[in-house]
Amino acid sequence: MKKVEVITRPEKLDDIKKALESAGFTAMTVTEVRGRGEQKGIVLQFRGRTMEVDLLQKTKIEIVVEDGEVDRVIESVISSARTGRFGDGRIFVIPVERSVRIRTGEVEF
Amino acid sequence: MESGDTAWLLTSTALVILMTPALGFFYGGMVRSKNVLSTVAMCFVALAIVSVQWILLGYTLAFGEDINGIVGSLNFLGLKNVNMIDYSFVAFQMAFAAITLAIIISAMAERVKLSAFLLFGILWTTLVYDPLAHWVWGNGWLAKMGALDFAGGTVVHISSGFSALALALLVGRRTGYGEYSIEPHNIPMTLIGTALLWLGWFGFNAGSALKANEIACNAFIVTNTAAAMGALSWMFASWIRGKPGSLGLASGAVAGLVAITPAAGYVDPLSALVIGGVAGVLCYSAMLFRVKRGIDESLDAWAVHGVGGFWGAIATGIFASIAAKGLITGNGMQVVIQLAGALSALIYAFVMTLIIAKVVDLTVGLRVEEDEEYVGLDISQHGEVAYT
Repeated sequence: MKKVEVITRPEKLDDIKKALESAGFTAMTVTEVRGRGEQKGIVLQFRGRTMEVDLLQKTKIEIVVEDGEVDRVIESVISSARTGRFGDGRIFVIPVERSVRIRTGEVEF
Repeated sequence: MESGDTAWLLTSTALVILMTPALGFFYGGMVRSKNVLSTVAMCFVALAIVSVQWILLGYTLAFGEDINGIVGSLNFLGLKNVNMIDYSFVAFQMAFAAITLAIIISAMAERVKLSAFLLFGILWTTLVYDPLAHWVWGNGWLAKMGALDFAGGTVVHISSGFSALALALLVGRRTGYGEYSIEPHNIPMTLIGTALLWLGWFGFNAGSALKANEIACNAFIVTNTAAAMGALSWMFASWIRGKPGSLGLASGAVAGLVAITPAAGYVDPLSALVIGGVAGVLCYSAMLFRVKRGIDESLDAWAVHGVGGFWGAIATGIFASIAAKGLITGNGMQVVIQLAGALSALIYAFVMTLIIAKVVDLTVGLRVEEDEEYVGLDISQHGEVAYT
């Protein structure tokens, strides 16, 4: 099992949810986060001064899937979240040791 | 003036002054969290610039000696020649001018520069609001024609609502409007704003009697009646289509309050039931129409204040029975007069707003840069963050 962690634009959340749903992935955890990438956020230019907004509002989506499904999840996210501009975000794939369902105690490896 | 009348007028003034920040909270809850400070601050700025402009120039343009029914002369410039006891009226009217400008912020939300708003605000309140107030309340041509506007349905609501529509068309949509959902970030804040507006409106309408008398008592009860009916009718109308949202309830209350405003001193409580009830459904339909047309008049000043104010003006001509006669009391002509008054205010406000906004756009520029809009106006315009 793998956890796919997506950090992207908040306004793209609806599109990503729809894309994942139509690919058959419904379970997910969504968190509002703030962060910055390699561009160090956005630099606003004003007359005679610049202002750096380094931590921007982002949305983190976490979704745990079987190893063989990771690529499909990534494709769904990229196709729905890409704008082509700085700030589209990143996807991390993280190994998951175990998943336990609280209601039944059922364990998946 | 009797001391009791003065006391009531000063109290009403304080209530109406509260309405402008209240509108800030009403609007602020409906924008995204990155723009809440900018939206609320704009309302405070409206109150501040109009307060200053009013004592220097606005009051005399609205209430100075009549010049051809169009505008007041400069005999009260800087409040010279005004009796101190009349300062209560000056202040009361100032609060109306302030909230009228603030209503237009609906069309600027999340995308217009503070500097552009400052310039627009000074020009708009001077060139649009002050003459309109003179037309209706300062012995101007609409007053002479016999148009009824007890507390500002035409002067405040039609003018600001249709100005907001003009501005929205000129400024354009927010980035991403129609592409992804732009949700209200804090509905409880909007509800607090609604509560304060509802409270302030008693000063707005019952205060417009300018006396602590039976007309004020009537205005008070019909104001509450219309607000209640507006809230219920919007709620039920939206329930038919889905769930009865609290935001709709709040918008409906405001729609009812708007519609009863011109009628408050002229109609009885039973007529207020109808006026408020129709307002809720009508303004809700106007909002649906706006959304369908893809117009980003973001916080619905047009649908609620413009359309609600227009209905209120006509309804005044239909239901007037106290201190004036309307259609139901055998004076059908009043409806025609009301229609003429509402239309002239609408056209004047709409056209003038387009001109003023164009001038502002060509000088300081209306919209923030795309990056600034993306980051949000709180940071880009004020260097602040609302929630840390």
